[in-house]
Amino acid sequence: MRGKGFIHLAIILLGLFLSVQTFAQHENESKFNAGSFIIDHIGDAHEWHIVTIGETHISVPLPIIVYSKFSGLSFFSSGRLAHGESYNNFVLEHSGENKGKVVENIEGSKMTELISKFDTTEFSELLTNLNDQEFVAAKRDTLIQQFVNKDFASIEAYLSDKQFYYVPLDFSITKNVVALWVSLIILLVVFLTVAKSYKERQGSAPKGLQSFMEPIILFVRDDIARPSIGEEKYHKYMPYLLTVFFFIFINNLMGLIPIPPFGANLTGNIAVTMVLALFTFVITTVSGNNHYWTHIINTPGVPWWLKIPVPLMPIVEISGVFIKPFVLMVRLFANITAGHIIVLGFFSLIFIFGDMSPAAGFGASILSVAFVIFMTMLELLVAFIQAFVFTLLSALYFGLATEEPHHH
Amino acid sequence: MELVTPGIGLMFWMLVSFSIVLYILKKFAWKPILQSIHDREDSIEAALRSADKARDDMARIQADNEKILNQSRIESEKILRESKELGDKYIADARKLANVESTKMIEEAKRVIESEKVAAINQVRNEIAELSISIAEKLLKSELTDMSRQSKIIQNSLDNFRLN
Repeated sequence: MRGKGFIHLAIILLGLFLSVQTFAQHENESKFNAGSFIIDHIGDAHEWHIVTIGETHISVPLPIIVYSKFSGLSFFSSGRLAHGESYNNFVLEHSGENKGKVVENIEGSKMTELISKFDTTEFSELLTNLNDQEFVAAKRDTLIQQFVNKDFASIEAYLSDKQFYYVPLDFSITKNVVALWVSLIILLVVFLTVAKSYKERQGSAPKGLQSFMEPIILFVRDDIARPSIGEEKYHKYMPYLLTVFFFIFINNLMGLIPIPPFGANLTGNIAVTMVLALFTFVITTVSGNNHYWTHIINTPGVPWWLKIPVPLMPIVEISGVFIKPFVLMVRLFANITAGHIIVLGFFSLIFIFGDMSPAAGFGASILSVAFVIFMTMLELLVAFIQAFVFTLLSALYFGLATEEPHHH
Repeated sequence: MELVTPGIGLMFWMLVSFSIVLYILKKFAWKPILQSIHDREDSIEAALRSADKARDDMARIQADNEKILNQSRIESEKILRESKELGDKYIADARKLANVESTKMIEEAKRVIESEKVAAINQVRNEIAELSISIAEKLLKSELTDMSRQSKIIQNSLDNFRLN
């Protein structure tokens, strides 16, 4: 009971603490913007912001790795781009369509050297990347006319004193990549330890961490893999199903802890869920047997006129092959992101009311924290359910792909 | 829009890191873990089965024991009964034999007694006859001197004999 009280107190204090620091952060800006506050928190970042005290931002700079077709591969600390500074022509955009991205600024003279090799489409694309968009709006048609006439000298005259921007391929170790590695290290440490205790305690009852993990492992095996894939074939898919289950589960939970190195919205990031769905898609497609493909191309039990002359059923079935992993990707991403958005929305209420008057902010904070606690409890449940659903559906797809024809 | 646009960098790192971790866990964690769980389940099942078997064996042995016990009880009762019967028969036989023997002896005794009696009577008769003859001799000697007395004695003697 005392422990519970302490946790509640800690959450309320944390809420108050967060409110104080964000007041400080936004005092010199005009108004609190809930939308960008939420998007900043659920999105990726090139530095890991820990806390802001007064005007001082405390954040961990992370490595930036970018590949540009103009300057090649670059590797430097994101600290060099802090406060809008530029390093080797790279800057971190703080607004506009490339907000949050690393952008390279290229001198017009360097760009014009390449123009003679471009075709018209490439050239007009290049113009959209010109920093001075007012100039482009005014001179676009003239420039394209000159390009068609191969009057490169005039174009160079126009563009040599301008700057282009270019968004390089960004392989930076971002906040989410760090969170990914932290979660993977935890997974490795936990399960290699568990595997060790299995080897040491061969045949005896589980103990400690092992006995905590065993019911979950058995749950994945007996309630997900076995009924979905079948007794003969489930063994092959167990490593993937277990890894994906624990990966999603641990990252969902880590996303709920608001203290670095936790609190990144990893499973609510579409790139991560896309890779997970891609794994399921590839495994399903590779293990698909004759029966599976026959079902897709020539679905039995369907009237012939749905297949010939317009192959309606095959189209639907083939779409299904791609829609299944797509839905996996979207479901996990949307569920986790939505949970984070709701929690952040409740926190935003504090600052919106705080902008009106500090007293209103305090009043709202009590209500908001209560709702945040409720939402976090719900998210704990969702963390498990989403890991379960992703694993179960993956297992079902593997089961469909490896199903043997029934003999009626 | 940025939210639903997958970042190439994160995708790359996710693909690489997740694949490596999947491989390591598969080889060094999931395989031994699942194998151990499987082995343990097998051994538990085997233990349960052998316990079941032992219980069955126990029950069977107990039933056997019971049966043997019953059988031996029946056997001993039978032996007891038989021996008793045998004893009874011996006693009866002995008794019968004794009876027969004693009857025979009594018969023998009776016959001996009879024969002795007959012999005794014969002897007595002979002696009486001799006595009578001697008496008669004496009488004859004395009486024959007087004819009338002689005949009277003979008559008297004869009357006396008839009484005997």
